[in-house]
Amino acid sequence: MTTTLTENSTAPEPAASTTLLEAKGVIMRFGGLTAVRNVDLTVGSGEIVGLIGPNGAGKTTFFNCLTGLYVPTEGQVTYKGTVLPPKPYKVTQAGISRTFQNIRLFSNMTVLENVLVGRHTRTKEGLISALLRGPGYRRAEAEARTRAMEILDFVGLAAKADRLSRNLPYGEQRKLEIARALAGDPGVLLLDEPTAGMNPQETRATQELVFAIRDQGIAVLVIEHDMRFIFSLCDRVACLVQGEKLVEGTPAVVQSDERVISAYLGTPYDGAPGSEEVAEVQAAEAAADGATSEEEDR
Amino acid sequence: MTTTTETTRSAVHRAILPIPITTARALIIIGGALTAASAFLSWTWTSAFPGDLTVDGYPGGLQWLTFAAGVLTAVFGLAGHGIRGLRRLNPAGSSSAELLLAVGGLAVTWFTLGAISVELGGLVNLTVGGWIAGIAALVPVAGALGLPIEGEPGSATSRGSALWRHIKNHPSIKPTRPLPAYAEILIIAAVLAVGLGLFTYGIDTGYGELFVGFLITVVFGAWALYSAGLTDQLSAITARHRSVTAIGAFAAAAAFPFTQSSDQYTSIGVNVLIFATVALGLNIVVGLAGLLDLGYVAFLGVGAYTAALVSGAATSSLHIVFPWWAAALTGAVASMVFGLLIGAPTLRLRGDYLAIVTLGFGEIFRIAVSNFDGVTGPNVTGGPNGIPNIPDISVFGIDLGKSHSLGGFTLGRFSNYFLLMLLFTAIVVLVFTRASDSRIGRAWIAIREDETAALAMGINGFRFKLLAFALGAGLAGLAGMVQAHMAFSVVPDPYQFAGSVPPNSAFLLAAVVLGGMGTVSGPLVGAALLYLIPAKLQFLNDYQLLAFGVALILLMRFRPEGLIASRRRQLEFHEAEQPILQTTEEAGLTKAKA
Repeated sequence: MTTTLTENSTAPEPAASTTLLEAKGVIMRFGGLTAVRNVDLTVGSGEIVGLIGPNGAGKTTFFNCLTGLYVPTEGQVTYKGTVLPPKPYKVTQAGISRTFQNIRLFSNMTVLENVLVGRHTRTKEGLISALLRGPGYRRAEAEARTRAMEILDFVGLAAKADRLSRNLPYGEQRKLEIARALAGDPGVLLLDEPTAGMNPQETRATQELVFAIRDQGIAVLVIEHDMRFIFSLCDRVACLVQGEKLVEGTPAVVQSDERVISAYLGTPYDGAPGSEEVAEVQAAEAAADGATSEEEDR
Repeated sequence: MTTTTETTRSAVHRAILPIPITTARALIIIGGALTAASAFLSWTWTSAFPGDLTVDGYPGGLQWLTFAAGVLTAVFGLAGHGIRGLRRLNPAGSSSAELLLAVGGLAVTWFTLGAISVELGGLVNLTVGGWIAGIAALVPVAGALGLPIEGEPGSATSRGSALWRHIKNHPSIKPTRPLPAYAEILIIAAVLAVGLGLFTYGIDTGYGELFVGFLITVVFGAWALYSAGLTDQLSAITARHRSVTAIGAFAAAAAFPFTQSSDQYTSIGVNVLIFATVALGLNIVVGLAGLLDLGYVAFLGVGAYTAALVSGAATSSLHIVFPWWAAALTGAVASMVFGLLIGAPTLRLRGDYLAIVTLGFGEIFRIAVSNFDGVTGPNVTGGPNGIPNIPDISVFGIDLGKSHSLGGFTLGRFSNYFLLMLLFTAIVVLVFTRASDSRIGRAWIAIREDETAALAMGINGFRFKLLAFALGAGLAGLAGMVQAHMAFSVVPDPYQFAGSVPPNSAFLLAAVVLGGMGTVSGPLVGAALLYLIPAKLQFLNDYQLLAFGVALILLMRFRPEGLIASRRRQLEFHEAEQPILQTTEEAGLTKAKA
């Protein structure tokens, strides 16, 4: 059901692609505040779709709605025609993997172990078989390791498989997050600001990596603030402002759209998002994050 | 001794005492030999002090410890001198090892002399031999302080004194070529034999002074071996022969009852083993899955009560008798069910909230069984009196309540239970190691590291936390069955959060943290220490918990990863102090460990 890395599929024409991930009328409210308003978005197979917008526009909130971390107040998200269950682990099981805006690796596990955890949904060995260590268990474990090493090789981290992930340099931690997400054999990969904090060389390398992932037949939805990165990478770009989808189209269309420019550069126009509102959205997102991950800092 | 001019001097000589290195080495070797020799003198006039230190020409009691420390100091002194064959004793070439051994000898000697003076009333009780021993023990310390301190010159001077550098010293050894397999296995066997010998000696100490002296010697000795880099080499060797080490360790543990002529100390042995096994079960919950459970001892209680109910005791409300294996399984299953019942509502909480709720449920268990006495509730557990007169069990026709002789050795009642408990310990160790190194174990560690990310990786967080909770509970239930039969009765009181006698929840958690979270041997060592120290040092009485607290604080300051650190936690806490190995070397090491 899911495409694998080893399977070579040529990048299909965007027009001919079938819809993989479809969000219809997604609304996310935190109390009285609406962070995402009625957003429609589709990601077709073999597509790289970009999601841009000023800070606090609701991009990450929308991402969390797609991956089951938040349950949308209204609207629904379907993957290959079936409605996604509102649990993150079931969404991953279905074939949608993600990375995080602020790196969330398992920092005290080795690089290889991180990828093996990402492989969790594609292996089935339970406690009993782990205790008995039969031939079936050994085979599955060996296969998982081989596959994990393939993926590490793909992103260029194979030589560092036995390092603790916390000891990797920043750029490689980002790569490892992508490798970990790829280990779940996703149909759609969701990248949340994959080049944040990177220098131009690293950004270019990430761009190559995303193209390579697309060439493996995995559709990509990416949030990014780096406009050069997003416009040279994506087949289609959607711009989110104040929770609403302002415009969607090819990079050229979005790039020249006056409303996008004014949303970023702050040229006043009717209904432009005020700074208090932006702060409000951010605060609500932070509060919601805090509620789901209260003891992360422990 | 350290002066303000230390900074400038250390740049040149980098030693604490300004003496030539050859003189310093000679002082260590001669001083060590003198210290060992002084143990043969009489140290006091009367035999009023335990151990009889009045004999010239033969060491007794605490003098043996001084002797051992002196010999070790001299041998390490010779190794530092570069004697062929002894080099391997100090692969890190660390002068801290010599200093620690010398200080250990000084500490145990002066402790003995002090104890004599205090208990018998004054320094007048020391003979000339005692004074000689006290002064001889100073000589190697002086010598060791004259040795250069390793470490980058000048780097540590700004942060602390030279003495501090000795304390903070981490051995850096180059990976050596492996010895032939038979030699490494012989080394493992020898180390295990020494370990068994030390444990037996410690458990057999007849009086508190000897146990304190033993602890001083062992602590400084172990620290010195660590400084010398020997423990690192040993863990590399055991990592290459994991199954041999595991089998050997269990053989050594099984040999323990055979070293005992009476049941006086095997009862301590079986209690240590029960405590250690339960601590290892808790390590799954705390060390792997990262769930802080403050009511864990309740699961031991459930296992013990269940086993007591099906033991056929006259006071049991169920008049049925299960064979031992069925009783053990029933205990484990009952604990597991109890774990699921408690876990299902509580595991939705995280962190501190979970800790508080488990603490509450642990107390609920104890109070509930005290009330199921037929008056305030249904008569199930006999209330505060518990279930007394639990009959002994027989395993494969062998009545564990009677003494049996085996190959000339007599195994008493507690020895029998020790061996049965060892079987359960082996099961728990096997479950722990296999579960931790599997898809399940990785999911647990992922949840501990970052639960949100683990969820995003497709791990059903709640289910896996519940699994860890239930598995840990079931393993504690196994131990509970042995505990019920070994102790003849079960009463509610021991299953509380904190008390003076382990195992209780606080001590169990302390054993895990002290020993090292996420490791197998850590909780075993931690539990042994936490049980033996209060059992042996009854003269401490009121100060027991204070001493325990001070020890924990010191440990957390200097070795937060626990006595035995997993590779992961070692890296976590001492990352800055350790150079990152070359990738190829590291890959080689991990391959050897796998």
